Amino acid sequence: MNRSARLHLESATIGYDRRIISEDLSVAVPDQSFTVVVGPNACGKSTLLRSLSRLLKPSAGQVVLDGADIRTYKTKEVARQIGLLPQTSIAPEGITVADLVARGRYPYQGFIRQWTETDEQAVAQAMARTAVTDLSGRLVDELSGGQRQRVWVAMALAQDTGIMLLDEPTTFLDITHQIELMELFVDLHEAGHTLVAVLHDLNQAARYGTHLIAMKDGQVVAEGAPEQVVTAELVEEVFGLRCLVVPDPVAGSPQVVPLGRERSRLRPRERQL
Amino acid sequence: MLVVRRRRIALRLEWRSVVVCTLLAVVLAALAVLALMAGSYELSPGQVVSTLLGGESGIVREIVLHWRLPRVAAALVFGAALGVSGAVFQSLLRNPLADPGVIGFAQGSYTGALIVILVVNGSYTQLAGGALLGGMATAVAVYALAYRHGVQGFRLIVVGIGVSAMLGSVNTWLMLRADLDQAMAAAAWGAGSLNGVSWDQVVGGGACIAVLLLLAALLSRAMRQMELGDDAASSQGVRVSPTRLALVVVGVALTAAVTAASGPIVFVSLVAPQIGRRLARTAGITLAPAAFVGALLCLGADYLAQHVAPTPLPVGIITVMLGGGYLGYLLFTEARRRL
Repeated sequence: MNRSARLHLESATIGYDRRIISEDLSVAVPDQSFTVVVGPNACGKSTLLRSLSRLLKPSAGQVVLDGADIRTYKTKEVARQIGLLPQTSIAPEGITVADLVARGRYPYQGFIRQWTETDEQAVAQAMARTAVTDLSGRLVDELSGGQRQRVWVAMALAQDTGIMLLDEPTTFLDITHQIELMELFVDLHEAGHTLVAVLHDLNQAARYGTHLIAMKDGQVVAEGAPEQVVTAELVEEVFGLRCLVVPDPVAGSPQVVPLGRERSRLRPRERQL
Repeated sequence: MLVVRRRRIALRLEWRSVVVCTLLAVVLAALAVLALMAGSYELSPGQVVSTLLGGESGIVREIVLHWRLPRVAAALVFGAALGVSGAVFQSLLRNPLADPGVIGFAQGSYTGALIVILVVNGSYTQLAGGALLGGMATAVAVYALAYRHGVQGFRLIVVGIGVSAMLGSVNTWLMLRADLDQAMAAAAWGAGSLNGVSWDQVVGGGACIAVLLLLAALLSRAMRQMELGDDAASSQGVRVSPTRLALVVVGVALTAAVTAASGPIVFVSLVAPQIGRRLARTAGITLAPAAFVGALLCLGADYLAQHVAPTPLPVGIITVMLGGGYLGYLLFTEARRRL
């Protein structure tokens, strides 16, 4: 871990009540990276993201932001550095796209300082970058799943944070919208944001991420560039899945092809057809 | 969108909300004059207005300022308090059924006040204290019973309805144990009436309510943010747990302050935020339209109860009828929209 990391977890114990999920876990988010956390269900990847975003307090150890324990900052101060796209959000009844995106400006506002020109610009920019400007007057309830998710990303963007955490952002989308959203994240990453995403799809993680963290049973099993992390041995170790790893024919990134049962494989005669 | 920017001040208001609230204020003023005119000694609008502006004297002045104005002022202030109280709970629990009356806090206030009436035979201040304590204790109990890794809205409502039913039976038991005079006084008070309201109660209750409304306004931005979900709100810098606790305390205190003075005036807090939201077409629940609609409902219901009904009725009975009708209409249109 030689690269600098504004945000990292230091020998933290995290969990809910008395159920410990990770013990003595240390994870760093390399600056300017598109870090993707992968692992089987219940491996602690969402818990890791929740503690990085300060939603979950570690019972031991600490989350460090810019060299200091995150708990020493004011909550609004942290909210100006770290943004979060939660797994589930609720759009209030009757809210328009522009209104919802504007709510992302909360950490910059006060009782008598509700709507400055900076707020206005940040919201307009966030909507432009996520291509929802044309939807600005529409009700959020009326949008499709893909559009709605882009609006939530716009809200997180309006928060104008260097670091953005994304908790399973593509889970409820069809494949076209998944790819569209992932490429939006790539754009944000290239524009200088540090991103941390929890993803289920290993192939997407390998294709779009710059730094992968593989977790199992609450611990980090491997981390590094996608080519180093996504190997047949590691996939079998972490997910218990036997597979081939071949280069993605389009992007060249490692692609996981499950071996599955004998019966589901093609026999030589069929392969020739 | 109406944006006002002067030096450090940068305000942003919805045009439609501003217009709706202004219109509601005009209607309220007209209705207040109407209520001050009506009674066994009828007055003209001119007499009422000039008295309010400091003119007139003798019997007219006495009637307007000392007989009728306390009641009208109480209806306005208490109605606004109930509207805001309902708005706070509906926003917090993200459910239009969340209402201090439905989830037991009003019943708890009533229990507290009943104990004061029946056991201590106390004054208005003691009654107010009892109502406040009863409401708070109920809120704490409901909160604790619904607590499991934090409080989830729907669980709190279900627990609240259960607690409310239990308190209802406690209240009945208290009434059965009381002697006849006390029980009759308690029952009359329990229907929710502005009959005995004096200037002292209006000023005392009004001062408490003013402070609470100010607190609610200060908390309203965080409250609005929490409608996006706890995770989103807290990642945007809202301290979710303390804010929620503060909002619950303010909401309960608003209901209790009203209950102590007039008895439970139900349904205003349930209905006002929803009417306000539909009129102003705001996103989520907002406090100002709820306050104005609450005041209008309360004053209108009291006018009907006093002057239109064949015999003067407690205002609570009218609000039950109006509110119940509105709720029925709401459920009907909602069902039609979804089917």
